[in-house]
Amino acid sequence: MVERNASSAVEASLTALAVSLRGVTKVYDNGVMALGPFDLAVRKGEFISLLGPSGCGKSTVLRLIAELSAPSSGTVRVARHEGKVLPGHGIGFVFQEPTLMPWTNVRENVRLPLKLAGVPKAEGRARAGAALASVGLADFADAFPRELSGGMKMRVSLARALVTDPDILLMDEPFAALDEITRFRLNNDLLALWRSLGKTVIFVTHSVFESVYLSQRVVVMTARPGRIQADIRIETVEPRGEEFRTSAAYSDYCRRVSAALAPSYSEQSTL
Amino acid sequence: MNAQPAVIAKPSGAQRAMRFVLPIIVFAAGLLAWELVVRIKDIPPYVLPAPSIIVLTLIKDWAVLSQSLATTLLTTLEGFVAASIGGIVLALVFNQSKWVEYSLFPYAVVLQVTPVIAIAPLLLIYLEQQTAVVVCAFIVAFFPVLSNTTLGLNSVDRNLAGLFQLYGASPQQALRFLKLPAALPYILGGLRIAGGLSLIGAVVAEIAAGTAGAGSGLAYRIAESAYRLNIPRMFAALLLLSLAGIVIYGVLALVSHLVLRRWHESALGKES
Repeated sequence: MVERNASSAVEASLTALAVSLRGVTKVYDNGVMALGPFDLAVRKGEFISLLGPSGCGKSTVLRLIAELSAPSSGTVRVARHEGKVLPGHGIGFVFQEPTLMPWTNVRENVRLPLKLAGVPKAEGRARAGAALASVGLADFADAFPRELSGGMKMRVSLARALVTDPDILLMDEPFAALDEITRFRLNNDLLALWRSLGKTVIFVTHSVFESVYLSQRVVVMTARPGRIQADIRIETVEPRGEEFRTSAAYSDYCRRVSAALAPSYSEQSTL
Repeated sequence: MNAQPAVIAKPSGAQRAMRFVLPIIVFAAGLLAWELVVRIKDIPPYVLPAPSIIVLTLIKDWAVLSQSLATTLLTTLEGFVAASIGGIVLALVFNQSKWVEYSLFPYAVVLQVTPVIAIAPLLLIYLEQQTAVVVCAFIVAFFPVLSNTTLGLNSVDRNLAGLFQLYGASPQQALRFLKLPAALPYILGGLRIAGGLSLIGAVVAEIAAGTAGAGSGLAYRIAESAYRLNIPRMFAALLLLSLAGIVIYGVLALVSHLVLRRWHESALGKES
């Protein structure tokens, strides 16, 4: 049942889908049904958020797309760029924690995906430097992770995800642990990067405000087992900035998304 | 055995100096009291030698003692190297194959919990003396390396492991770039324990072997001096053993600190 390959590129290019999940379920070894059945189609270059209560399988969706785990049933298809045959190269993953290697410096952390793919050291270092510059950390290449603040570590993690120039960026509650000001700043930087690089972004969060601010589409999920509760398109004047965050349209969207999310929480409380 | 708390309250300069000065004062006071008691009570050296006589003996017998010290240290070093390599390699094998781990780990525990002093006489029957002594040092020292390395290899951050999987890291790459660096603080902790233990193993085996000869170690000197009621020399040899233990521990702690000082919590508390 599980099928995932680039030979379906014909279909992918026709519909210009970056990721498609059809009838996907995930049952854990202990018998808990975590997800599904779940259907999701993400167009190339789209920025979508998966929003839902804790444990609803948001992260599981990302892990399935990244091939870090296999679906129990259903199909997961990821369009892969021609020539990027090396595993993982089409996908960049940012975890909830910065997940940096504490024993080596920032540049080496960012270079890791290239090193694992056998890219020559000089080229890898140059590309790592460029990726660091794109997140505004060019001056910190020689610092060790522990010398950086939480927001800077997250930027390093983002640079590492970008260093392979992936088509798809998967982000698993990346800014959840940061203070609000830092999160706003990183939100803006992420939007700027998305506009300039044109990547497909799938962003997992449990913050209504963050999801509305960032994404073109907010996919609201139900409590476990996660299914789609609502699929809300966020349309506003691009590029978005701080004025969108304070606009009436923004609070209107937030209210709608919150309303869509509310049943997921009441369901959870009755369980 | 990283006993230091991760964060130590920053001591003031005076407090810092006191941490060194106070033990030295206690040590000097103890020596002085010892010397005085021996002199006032007029205790003969074959019952309790005064510190001054021990130091004099150390100087007088330096030729014999230094040679024994070299022998014991060489045994310790051989046992330590064998234990380090053996412990780390075995832990890596265990980490790669659960079957091997399940088959062999109980025997590693058996070897660890059986007192080495009871095994030494048997080893001396089947092995050449020098080999038997090194094997004893190995047996005592390898378990902490094995168990610490195993613990370290199992403590790899789950997300980092996922990241390596995402980027298609081979098992060798995962071992070299992820597992070994992540396990390094644990391995160094194991080595620090193993250093002291291999000295203990060497001494126990030397005492069990109990034969004289050109290459007899410090422990043998202690046993021999006891038979001859040469108590000052016993103390002198004991002093050397003690110093050797301190130096071994100090060197390994320093190596560990130098290796980890840029990133690991255990090494940061002292500096920042």
